[in-house]
Amino acid sequence: MNYFDETITSLHQKLVTKQISNAELAQATLDNIDKTNDTINSFISVNTSIGQEPAFEIAADQPLQGIPLAIKDNILTKDLKTTAASKMLANFRPIYEATVVDRALRAGMVNIGKTNLDEFAMGSSTETSYFGATKNPWNLNKVPGGSSGGSAAAVASGQVIAALGTDTGGSVRQPASFNGVFGIKPTYGRVSRWGVIAFSSSLDQVGILSRHVVDSAQILEAISGYDKHDDTTSTQEVPAFSKIKADVKGLRVAVPEEFMGYGVDPKVKEQVQKAINTLQQQGAVVESVQLPHAQYAVQVYYIIASSEASSNLQRYDGIRYGYRADDVHNLEDVYIKSRSEGFGDEVKRRIMLGSFALSAGYFDAYFNKAAQVRTLIIEDFKKIFADYDLVVGPTAPTTAFDLNSRIDDPVVMYMNDILTIPANLAGLPAASVPVGLADNMPVGLQLIAPPFAEQTIFNAAQVLENESNFLQMQPKMGGQK
Amino acid sequence: MLDKELVQHVAHLSKLEFDEADLEKFTLQLDEIIQMENELTAVDTTNVRPTTHIARQESTFRADEPQKGPSRTELLSNVPEQADGFIKVPSILTTEED
Repeated sequence: MNYFDETITSLHQKLVTKQISNAELAQATLDNIDKTNDTINSFISVNTSIGQEPAFEIAADQPLQGIPLAIKDNILTKDLKTTAASKMLANFRPIYEATVVDRALRAGMVNIGKTNLDEFAMGSSTETSYFGATKNPWNLNKVPGGSSGGSAAAVASGQVIAALGTDTGGSVRQPASFNGVFGIKPTYGRVSRWGVIAFSSSLDQVGILSRHVVDSAQILEAISGYDKHDDTTSTQEVPAFSKIKADVKGLRVAVPEEFMGYGVDPKVKEQVQKAINTLQQQGAVVESVQLPHAQYAVQVYYIIASSEASSNLQRYDGIRYGYRADDVHNLEDVYIKSRSEGFGDEVKRRIMLGSFALSAGYFDAYFNKAAQVRTLIIEDFKKIFADYDLVVGPTAPTTAFDLNSRIDDPVVMYMNDILTIPANLAGLPAASVPVGLADNMPVGLQLIAPPFAEQTIFNAAQVLENESNFLQMQPKMGGQK
Repeated sequence: MLDKELVQHVAHLSKLEFDEADLEKFTLQLDEIIQMENELTAVDTTNVRPTTHIARQESTFRADEPQKGPSRTELLSNVPEQADGFIKVPSILTTEED
């Protein structure tokens, strides 16, 4: 199956008219993965049993029926190993389905397998995975970004048509940008986090990656909405996101001056500016604004996300599930040795940073201070959205960097997320849409909207997809006939 | 400002342990991160309330009625060590023969 020429709608047509059966489509997708996974390592496990499912009649009014979907491996899938790319959960088999998976399956989608990520979604390069790094299909010497690097590489290389990711500080958008695909993190509360392995509960949100904007819209429609298992989900009505109007006439677009600074590579800036000009040519009103506290986003994020992580990851104690160390003499040993042997370095760094920020004597100076600056960032956005419909800028300061080039320098790695983090801190919907190449690597434009205004993002992203012709470009791996 | 002693203390709070080489490495890296974090002191946050969650939804309550949950077998399916339907753990105190 060559997914490069397909959308969910075109596949649906083929399924309904019986040009291909759901069983053949599933098998073709497994074959895609089988052919390329040794090279790019985008999947941790593959749902091989799905190839044996019988063919059935696809209903014309069930657009997602029979469509294979890749799922990031920090999202629970019943009976299918879910590892969070950690030694800690290397053999963990969930006994229930995450709400997002449950909803995708109810809509008829097929769980094709679990994609690679940075351990516990902590990272920006998918290099901290216990199961080895994922490679960027545009250049195998580069990282795919992270933490949803496996999902992004799987979509970019045409292994699958779409994938679920999670985004705590940019983990859907930054890999989307690095791999030349569309990726959206919806509003905090739009999608249930039930069954998503908790990293930072006030920031985590499930998102979607696909080559075509409309495919993400269609899947978001299916997985969104209130869930009684997640009290932070919203009862707001879920719009028919896939009814996209590719129109930005009169749309008020703000470009934060700060977003075009922050060490943004001039060649990235050039492509982003070109896309902003396109929006203007298509009738959007573009103005420059200020987001003064965004410069502290990374500092705020690493305190808040690490503090919440240190608390969320307390559950890994070697008792009820997960890795248990062998050579232990008492209960305290079980905790300490299981955690010390089961977690990788980046996870340990974040647990340590979080424990520090929450500890007596440091709480006010670090956790509370970060939580206060978070308020100021939220207020900056509120002011802008009083006058504008959309905030745009680069998704990441650079294109994909070289494998192993930043892994030993946490601060440099963290600064890579400066442009994506603000939307998480404020709980806003945000996406990355590919707009061009810089040094032969994809560049993404980030679109941030007010709470629950995902439709504005889809509409503007569709305009850019139509005008940029980016979909004609092909990575080194994938799309070739 | 971050020394090995403090990092050791935080490791204890985190139920983690490090050998000497890792302790050295983590102290350096965490110190660098904390220096970056100290840039927050430049922001005036007088009278700014902290944001600790961003749920826009009011909390809801369900009736406190028993519901069917997962079975014992399911709940024990990922337990590393078990016996007779119970989770098995080593003794809380170090045993004599050790």
